[in-house]
Amino acid sequence: MDFEETAAETSFREEARNWLTANVPSEAEMAGMSGIERAQYWQKRKSDAGWACIRWAKEFGGRDANAIENVILGQEEAKLDLPETGYYFAIGQGMAAPTLMSWADKAAQERFLPRLASGEDVWCQLFSEPAGGSDLAALRTKAERDGDDWVINGQKIWTSGAHYSDFGILVVRTDPTVAKHAGLTYFYVDMKSPGIETKPIRQISGDARFNEVYFTDVRIPDSQRMGNVGQGWQVALTTLMNERASIGSGGGGVKFDVLKKLAESVNIGDRPAIEDSAVRAKLASWYVEEAGLKYTSFRTLSAISKGANPGPENSIGKLVGARKTQDMASFAIDLLEQQGIVRDAAFDEQFGALFQDTYMAIPGLRIAGGTDEIMANIIAERVLGLPQEPRSDKGIPFNEVPTGN
Amino acid sequence: MNFEFSDEQNLLRDQARGFLDDNCSPAVVRGVLDGQEAWASGLWKKIVEMGWTATVIPEEFGGLGLTHLELVVIAEELGRCAAPVPFSSSVYLATEAILAAGSQAQKEHWLPKLAAGEVIGCLGYAEAAGQTTAKSLQAKVTGGKLTGHKTVVADAQIAQLMVVAAASDSGDGASLYLVQLDDPGVVIDEVITLDPTRPHAGVTFNGANAELLGGEGHGWTQLEALLDRAAVLLAWEQLGGSEACLEMAKNYAMGRYAFGRAIASYQAIKHKLADMYVKNTLARSNAYFGAWALSTDAAELPLAAATARVGSTQAYYFSSKENIQTHGGMGYTWEFDCQFYYRRSKLLAVNIGSETLWQEKLLRAAERANAA
Ligand SMILES: Cc1cc2nc3c(=O)[nH]c(=O)nc-3n(C[C@H](O)[C@H](O)[C@H](O)COP(=O)(O)OP(=O)(O)OC[C@H]3O[C@@H](n4cnc5c(N)ncnc54)[C@H](O)[C@@H]3O)c2cc1C
Repeated sequence: MDFEETAAETSFREEARNWLTANVPSEAEMAGMSGIERAQYWQKRKSDAGWACIRWAKEFGGRDANAIENVILGQEEAKLDLPETGYYFAIGQGMAAPTLMSWADKAAQERFLPRLASGEDVWCQLFSEPAGGSDLAALRTKAERDGDDWVINGQKIWTSGAHYSDFGILVVRTDPTVAKHAGLTYFYVDMKSPGIETKPIRQISGDARFNEVYFTDVRIPDSQRMGNVGQGWQVALTTLMNERASIGSGGGGVKFDVLKKLAESVNIGDRPAIEDSAVRAKLASWYVEEAGLKYTSFRTLSAISKGANPGPENSIGKLVGARKTQDMASFAIDLLEQQGIVRDAAFDEQFGALFQDTYMAIPGLRIAGGTDEIMANIIAERVLGLPQEPRSDKGIPFNEVPTGN
Repeated sequence: MNFEFSDEQNLLRDQARGFLDDNCSPAVVRGVLDGQEAWASGLWKKIVEMGWTATVIPEEFGGLGLTHLELVVIAEELGRCAAPVPFSSSVYLATEAILAAGSQAQKEHWLPKLAAGEVIGCLGYAEAAGQTTAKSLQAKVTGGKLTGHKTVVADAQIAQLMVVAAASDSGDGASLYLVQLDDPGVVIDEVITLDPTRPHAGVTFNGANAELLGGEGHGWTQLEALLDRAAVLLAWEQLGGSEACLEMAKNYAMGRYAFGRAIASYQAIKHKLADMYVKNTLARSNAYFGAWALSTDAAELPLAAATARVGSTQAYYFSSKENIQTHGGMGYTWEFDCQFYYRRSKLLAVNIGSETLWQEKLLRAAERANAA
């Protein structure tokens, strides 16, 4: 074990920092661009210089870098004010790409991976349905074989970014008469295919970042299938494991450092809040969690760099991170007292609307990509090996499972 | 000892709930959230007609002369439907301030108007981010004219009257003042908040006329006493909201299926709802004690108020966030009503000072009680 950087890592850090600082896009360069345009603009620049998706193979647009180098790059990026890319590319690069790497043929890999790395193609995840969220394998969108094509009918829901995505990864039911996991098949789909209709869903935060996606007689060539017919669940697990690893550290915005800064700038009684022992105790506890998550992710990365796959233990990141962030945002608002409820970025020069926006967005993170309760079940059942609860959907054909309707 | 509401009070609760079911449906709250109206003025008119704004005002001042036990019953029901009306500002704060500290003339002038809803009142004391204290107070009255700023005052843009804490004319400590909001020396700037169902504004005073309310130099003590009383009333409102969350979560969990079973049958969900129930029940019992202390002006009021306030604040935060969680993705949509309570719980958690502040008050009150 060694928490110190090697000489090679230090020199990589310098190289990364030098390139990044020399290439940060200026506000003037990006004037008038939307969020996704900024993300694509910056990603393309990184990709052209070999700084995109650096862990991927060079032939797929990467740099053949190792996991530690990837962390170092992330740390250096975090120090700079860069266009937000994670939100737009996490699904494509973090979930679709590893699934393509494991399950697609070489031609598809060569066609899609470089364009994912460069940000030219944006992908979405067409998994969840109204009747298939936590119980994803209960999804009902159906695919029927017709010659060389499959014909898709049904509805997806909560599809983040469907409205600007080029492609989507899609799980559908190809056989409702077998047990639910056995009747699924996995495809990728061009989002411009005729018969796909996308409707935005507004979130409590006020944004509309996810969508309902309707499929009406959408044709997908069989060549876009990943895995065998009926093997869709297994393919989906590759995606889900990577999802948990990629949204692992969870929770954006409100971190220890910013909360400490806030506690230094407001009073409790007539003293700075940071001098209050209850505030200090809370901050210390959150620091411990934050550090625990960081070093847990380092340990995972070390394991991955030696060839291990991201496993169910990554469920810890989101479980801890999202709850912690919710409590921290809520506490930050408390520290601001009456003024804490103001949600207007122009009102507070130092913090903008960070705490209020986080407070409104964070409930989504406790649900997206597997709810807190499902994460805890995964830890209990897959990590600890505890027995599953009795299930009324095991071993019976999907079309006979109770649905409450 | 009788730790129960009377039959009349229970009847009032049923009436209030029926009235609000009819007149404060989620569509009314949503109308304000979506900005179709700035506040539920139609509902407010009907609330006034019901006499709720007159509840504890003595009959000689145009009120109903009822007790605070009746008022907490109404508060709980208003909280349950997240009513978008200035009830807490006008009734728990402005009316209470005048009842407690007003001269005979001030009572005669303002109380009938507040009772009849002709005047909406509000309270301004906080001035910046973080806690405002007697020592940090910047607003100041000189020669009867108020200068200074109050931050994020609930309902300021729809109220006509504001109770303001400011440094005294005499230069000796803080006092409370009455300020009419149509005074040319008052500037009101609306602010956007987490809970758009309740209007808020920053209020700046450039030499507005200010009339002393209560004893000169005793303003901060009066304010603390006023907030203790309001804390009990708000605790009931928070409790009502928290109960609504439990009810919503329960209903949804019974009907939603995953893995072939109602999600309500999973222990993770059962325990979550049981936790809400436990928090709500403890908060309710503490709120009962608070209501008793408030209605009898008991010496225990400061401790009882802080206990009720902290308990209800914690219960409401927990229930409102876990209600969303129980609804899964649906709970996170604009279309569902879970958000009303998640927003309102945070607003009510800071409007008369945060949990941190009330925890400190609780400890101080407990220490005083021990010393006595
Ligand atoms: C912001 C956001 C973005 C999203 N983006 C995408 C996306 O891009 N693509 C996509 O496919 N999906 C996406 N989702 C969907 C997400 O994966 C689902 O919302 C999530 O899996 C929960 O499913 P559900 O909403 O149907 O809730 P439900 O499954 O109905 O859950 C309701 C409640 O029941 C609990 N519950 C369910 N089963 C159990 C059990 N066995 N034990 C204990 N408790 C249980 C849950 O924890 C939850 O509290 C997104 C969701 C959100 C909120």
